[in-house]
Amino acid sequence: MSHEVIAELAANVWKIVAKPGDKIGPDDTLVILESMKMEIPVAAEVSGTITSFAVAEGDTIDEGTVIAIVHTD
Amino acid sequence: MITSVLIANRGEIARRIIRTAREQGIRSIAVYSGIDTELPFVAEADEAVQLPGDGATAYRDIEAILKIAADSGAEAIHPGYGFLSENAAFAEAVTAAGLIWVGPSSAVISTMGDKIAAREAAIAAGVPVVPGSAALSSVAEAVSEADRIGYPVMIKAAGGGGGMGMAVVDDDSTIEESFERVSGVAQRLFGDARVFVERYVRRGRHIEVQVVGLPDGNALTFGERDCSVQRRNQKLVEESPSPAIDDAMRAKLMSAAKLLAERVGYRNAGTVEMIFDVDRGEFYFLEMNTRIQVEHPITEAVFGIDLVAAQLAIAAGEDPGLPSHPASGHAIEFRINAEDSVRFLPRPGPIKGWEEPTGDGVRVDAGYRAGNAVTPAYDSLMAKLIVYGDTRDEALSRARVALADFTIDGPKTTLDFHRELVDSAEFISGDYDTHIVSRLRPGTK
Repeated sequence: MSHEVIAELAANVWKIVAKPGDKIGPDDTLVILESMKMEIPVAAEVSGTITSFAVAEGDTIDEGTVIAIVHTD
Repeated sequence: MITSVLIANRGEIARRIIRTAREQGIRSIAVYSGIDTELPFVAEADEAVQLPGDGATAYRDIEAILKIAADSGAEAIHPGYGFLSENAAFAEAVTAAGLIWVGPSSAVISTMGDKIAAREAAIAAGVPVVPGSAALSSVAEAVSEADRIGYPVMIKAAGGGGGMGMAVVDDDSTIEESFERVSGVAQRLFGDARVFVERYVRRGRHIEVQVVGLPDGNALTFGERDCSVQRRNQKLVEESPSPAIDDAMRAKLMSAAKLLAERVGYRNAGTVEMIFDVDRGEFYFLEMNTRIQVEHPITEAVFGIDLVAAQLAIAAGEDPGLPSHPASGHAIEFRINAEDSVRFLPRPGPIKGWEEPTGDGVRVDAGYRAGNAVTPAYDSLMAKLIVYGDTRDEALSRARVALADFTIDGPKTTLDFHRELVDSAEFISGDYDTHIVSRLRPGTK
């Protein structure tokens, strides 16, 4: 099953710290967002394998933007 | 005596500096970015000049700031905190332009801004540092260093920062796995796979000492601030004195901070940050902030001093005439941020209403007012509420009323979190550590 990792706030994509194909757990950080001088790690919240990223480093994204797709275990 | 000062900053700290300048008859010159035009600090300065560019870069434009200083005839530059305040090249450029830099010398900023040089300076001054290793290249090295240091240890990325790329290891059964994982993350995040091992402080308090280096080379200390209420390694609440240490420990902290400041030739106000290991009853040097600190008002409250006035006097080569009496009473600062009170995510937006509390022992240092907008371009700090009481209990009682009376209509704020904090058994007891926020808000790092 596919799970969408969604941005909870408007922010800049600072770093992508995983890659498609990586096996991840619910607490593993996929990307780090930056907003108001804060770095906000975004975790998968599910276990599975990363299918794809829908954002790139440097992107400005809105609340609700799909960040990544994870194929759940 | 300085007669005019340009403030290379914005928001509440710009207002704070302008207030002291006004009290002392010093002409104040504000610089501001286009999106900050309506903020109170712009109107309150004697003069205000718009910076070219916008957003995050405007207040870092050294060339533009120096030109405005020259054009406006400013005699000194106060950098506030953040932005260019710990930029040695800026301090150097200000001095080279014939202006007075309100802060320590660029050489001191440079030394204390380098983690390794700062740690060496602390060791040379006899200040304890967290026991740790050099950069490691193999698991075998990590195991041997962890044995020497003693578990639990933290494996950290050598090129890291901001809390990313680290793992706690309780014993040698998991060190290999953690070593490989942190090293992999470090390579991806920082392009540098090297890691090091240091002692992990399971229950720590972030305690910092206010120092003031005088023109004659002596350094004074003004007590400690306990900044253990943090989320994502950033402070939310600070109090002075710390409920966690006794007078004997306090004397050790003050003496260590004084020695370090004098040894590095520190002039002006600065802060020596320490981590206090609650279980071991020991403190270790973390870093030195070579500028005025966000939480400086709690020190001002318990000592009855004006640290910005002291900064301006020292910058002019004068003795600031600070009193030598001990601290009295208790002060707590609450950071009112444009963040939600549950997960502390940034929530910028327009401010429709703004009512500040008043009363005995209540001070509000705000950067905004009704009608302003909090933009995502800058940090989320809107205001600081500082409460003072003769005792910690009195400060807490005043805090409950002041927090109840502080209303902001618009962005979500940290006010609700603070209201819960001052009623929580853990905070009331004073026996808390840097994980208190994640206990009150499970899931928050």
